[in-house]
Amino acid sequence: MRKFLLFLSVILVGFLFLVRLFYLQIYSANKHDLFEDNAIRKVYDYPKRGFVYDRNGALLVANQPSYDVMFIPREVKPLDTLEFCSLLKITKDQFKQIYNKAYHYSPWLPSVFIPHLSKEDYAVLQEKMRKFEGFYIQKRSLRLYQTTIGANVLGDIGEVNNAIIQSDPYYKMGDLIGKQGVEASYEEDLRGVKGIKFIQKDRFNRDIGPYKDGIYDTLPEPGKDITITIDAKLQEYGELLMKNKRGGIIAIEPSSGEILAMVSAPSFNPNLLVGRDRSKNYSKMHYDTISKPLYDRSLLAQYPPGSPFKVLNALIGLQEKVVTIHDRFGCRMGYYLGSRRLTGCHSHSSPLSMIDGIAQSCNSYFANVYRRIIDKYDDPAQGMNVWSDHVKSFGLGNYLGYDLKIGSKGRIPDGDFYNKWYGENRWVSTYNISNAIGQGEVEATPIQLANMIAAIGNRGFYFTPHIIKNIESETIDTNYTTPKHTTIDKEHFEPVVQGMFDVYNKGTAAALRVSGIDICGKTGTAENFIKINGVKTQLTDHSIFVAFAPKDNPKIAIAVFVENGYWGSRFAGKIASLMIEKYIKDHITRTDLEDWILTHSLEDEYHKPYSGETFKINGETTLQVIPLDKSLKSKISNLSN
Amino acid sequence: MHRETHRYFKFDWITIIIFLLLVVFGWLNILSASHTGETIDYFNAAEPYGKQLIFIFLTLGLIVIILSIEAKFYERFSSIIYLISMLSLVGLFIFGKNVNGATSWYAFGGMTIQPSEFAKIATVLAVAKYVSDLNTDIHKIKDQIQCFILIAIPAILVLLQNDTGSTIVYAAFFFVLYREGLPKIYLMIGIAMTLLAVFSLKFGAIFTSIAAGILIVTNYFFTKKKPSFIKPILILVGCVMLSSGVKFFYQNILQPHQQDRISLWLRLEKDPLKLENMKKTFAYNLNESEKAISSGGLTGKGFLEGTRTTGKFVPEQHTDYIFSTVGEEWGFVGSAMVVILFVLLLIRILHLAELQKSQFSRMYGYGVASIIFMHFMINIGMVMGLIPTIGIPLPLFSYGGSGLWSFTILLFIFIKLDSNRINEW
Ligand SMILES: [Zn+2]
Repeated sequence: MRKFLLFLSVILVGFLFLVRLFYLQIYSANKHDLFEDNAIRKVYDYPKRGFVYDRNGALLVANQPSYDVMFIPREVKPLDTLEFCSLLKITKDQFKQIYNKAYHYSPWLPSVFIPHLSKEDYAVLQEKMRKFEGFYIQKRSLRLYQTTIGANVLGDIGEVNNAIIQSDPYYKMGDLIGKQGVEASYEEDLRGVKGIKFIQKDRFNRDIGPYKDGIYDTLPEPGKDITITIDAKLQEYGELLMKNKRGGIIAIEPSSGEILAMVSAPSFNPNLLVGRDRSKNYSKMHYDTISKPLYDRSLLAQYPPGSPFKVLNALIGLQEKVVTIHDRFGCRMGYYLGSRRLTGCHSHSSPLSMIDGIAQSCNSYFANVYRRIIDKYDDPAQGMNVWSDHVKSFGLGNYLGYDLKIGSKGRIPDGDFYNKWYGENRWVSTYNISNAIGQGEVEATPIQLANMIAAIGNRGFYFTPHIIKNIESETIDTNYTTPKHTTIDKEHFEPVVQGMFDVYNKGTAAALRVSGIDICGKTGTAENFIKINGVKTQLTDHSIFVAFAPKDNPKIAIAVFVENGYWGSRFAGKIASLMIEKYIKDHITRTDLEDWILTHSLEDEYHKPYSGETFKINGETTLQVIPLDKSLKSKISNLSN
Repeated sequence: MHRETHRYFKFDWITIIIFLLLVVFGWLNILSASHTGETIDYFNAAEPYGKQLIFIFLTLGLIVIILSIEAKFYERFSSIIYLISMLSLVGLFIFGKNVNGATSWYAFGGMTIQPSEFAKIATVLAVAKYVSDLNTDIHKIKDQIQCFILIAIPAILVLLQNDTGSTIVYAAFFFVLYREGLPKIYLMIGIAMTLLAVFSLKFGAIFTSIAAGILIVTNYFFTKKKPSFIKPILILVGCVMLSSGVKFFYQNILQPHQQDRISLWLRLEKDPLKLENMKKTFAYNLNESEKAISSGGLTGKGFLEGTRTTGKFVPEQHTDYIFSTVGEEWGFVGSAMVVILFVLLLIRILHLAELQKSQFSRMYGYGVASIIFMHFMINIGMVMGLIPTIGIPLPLFSYGGSGLWSFTILLFIFIKLDSNRINEW
């Protein structure tokens, strides 16, 4: 037996080695990955990034060349650090810091040493680059914005992070990727495909020649140009009107779902996020947690929609046949249950039928309708579910599915929601009567409201709102060209549309009429609160307005939110009327409204909660008047053809 | 004339052919791993491949000399050879040249010689001579100890010169002595200690002690003839002590770079970031070598076509990591062939050793096989990531004159002894 110990050991080890070889070379052999191979230098040729045009063909975003100093840590040879640092205008400590960070990421893969050289620095450095082994200059293209508007729509491009590189092997350290807006949504179309040359090198970083005579090399494919649905002039007009205010405007073309304008205020110049100052500017805005310029209020801000929501309750009432347009409900400055007033109202004639109920925005009228809907079934939860399904068919209560990467769901409660809150069979319709008037638990974003109004203007259907109009040599997603029908029959819309038309003619927005355009609209306000030192404090109401025009075959549907603007027609209504006139007529006849908006600021109002002093809200406030900014006015007049 | 032919036929040509195949194939890979630029200047002594080719030609002369010397010479002069060899190791402390942290080289002009390579041959000769002596009985503790001292002297000397790899090779003598009747208990203790150490590091001392306890108790109950229960208890206490001691040894005695190697091998480090960092630093060679082997696939990228080899991405590729060149350029087919050639060579030597009529020759044959086996196992195992990184060359393959010569001498003394076995009675 002693003879066999070594013999068997030899056989066993030999067998183990064969198994290991099989495992390494055949079983787990990743087919020779050129990108993983340190022995092959990858030289990238970045194509032109696609241009972005507005719906009328105006160029919004183009490119400019940019030069990054790249390096491969392992290949860096001892160099004259002092000279190198002074060329790049950095300190020796910064040099070490950048080097160590990149080395930690990977000693063999290229990392960015200094991004976005200025043209002058590039010219100087290019001459001397050969002296610094392991460093090289990579040309890329950066964005060049032809406009100062639409930062939230256009978005920006920035350097990829580790998470992206790991999840998508296309991207390498230092590559740029769309971060927000259409740059992010249409990244793959815009970026094109970079070209790659594989070059065999040796350990001394010397190029030996093309790898395998260049059979794996590829040419760059240029990015595709895109046209977006935004009307740049309307967008700019909206942004100018929103100066000194916070909030959002969304304008949609009802017949297509195309987003005509998407304003979030305050906004910023998109050129701030280009080049070397990008991260500095970005963090400055990121840490402005009070005015939040990076927060797209038109897509993300979720507010109780207020009175505009009443028209949905009218439609649901008709569809559920719990009310006719002739049914009248009384109002004693509010809606009463016994002697308890559940909701207040303002003074108007009483009783009212549906059309006047909408025009006068009577809370009592809609409290009655809402109760009839919910109480139609023995179980209020069932009534609530029916109601909820109708509301959701207008695109509320969930992500709309538009082609921008950010959004909020909003909130539309259903039977389960209240069963969880109060317990099964422990609540009735009066518990959540606020839903009748768009307060309480319902919440929506500006784009959801604009879409809801578009569906009403279309009398029962909508196209999912979208920002893309055309991609060079491609068709857009059919999701955006297929109509989505609501659960309300077409015939029920006419009285509701008439009520909204009357809002402009004799109702709450009578002062905002624009001659020659039949506008249908609805004012709204939303109560809102913040916590100051842990105390829930009420602020001045948000001013809300929704509208579409013209009344038949509408060309534009719009939702405007102005934070703390108080009642609906005070700020939001004026802005909505002006936007509609601008879009349909291209020139403004209601210059009185325009001047009013330009000379009234809400900055003082926004400052109040942070002043540390006690303050008054709503009716007890005075408006802040500012002098008319001549440059704003001239910018506006330049917008007309 | 007839006598001459007869003489050549006595040499074992199978061994010689395998030897030649390994040397030639090894050189091709050294060429691949070390050549730079467009042209290949075969005898350019400034390039490793040129130098190695010169070494190979000199080796042929060396073979002729070894085979010409009378077979009895090696046995008769083994003590003197051993003595000279040990003195040459001691001399390193005074005259040695430091290369990569190991003081294991003599420099004569442009030549360097590594005496530790030759000390292995001397030790095989000395151990074979000592054990085959009629007065020695390997079953006696006293003789065992004397034998261990013969082995320990060179092992400790090379360890003091920071050549851990060569020290471990001396474990090869276990196979030789076991074949000659070293009691089984050494085998059992050796295996048990290795398992205990590995398990303790991997799973912790407590788990390992409990597992060992269960094994010992179970074994005790299933033994028909119950021995005194004192023995199993003593074994258990030993296990627990060893198990607890391993951690201390690992943390306090081993140097940090040795700890890292073991930690990577046993996957003790769980943090993926730290693991990744390990791969970029001390395990860089291993990582690159595994990638190079893996990239070879079934048939390899072809001679002189390996991108990782051509780009010199595996450091020390023409020395300790030469097998990764085989893997990249010759693929599974070529690598498997090398493994099989080594296995055939070892089996052939073992077969011949068993045929020897003198104990000295048999032991010497076992010594040759054991030493080549240790190198083969450690080197290829390391390059493929199966065992912790230990720097020793692949016999007949790796670049280096001392290595090539010492393995040639080691092997051809045996071929000479073997050719002489007919004359021995
Ligand atoms: Zn009323």
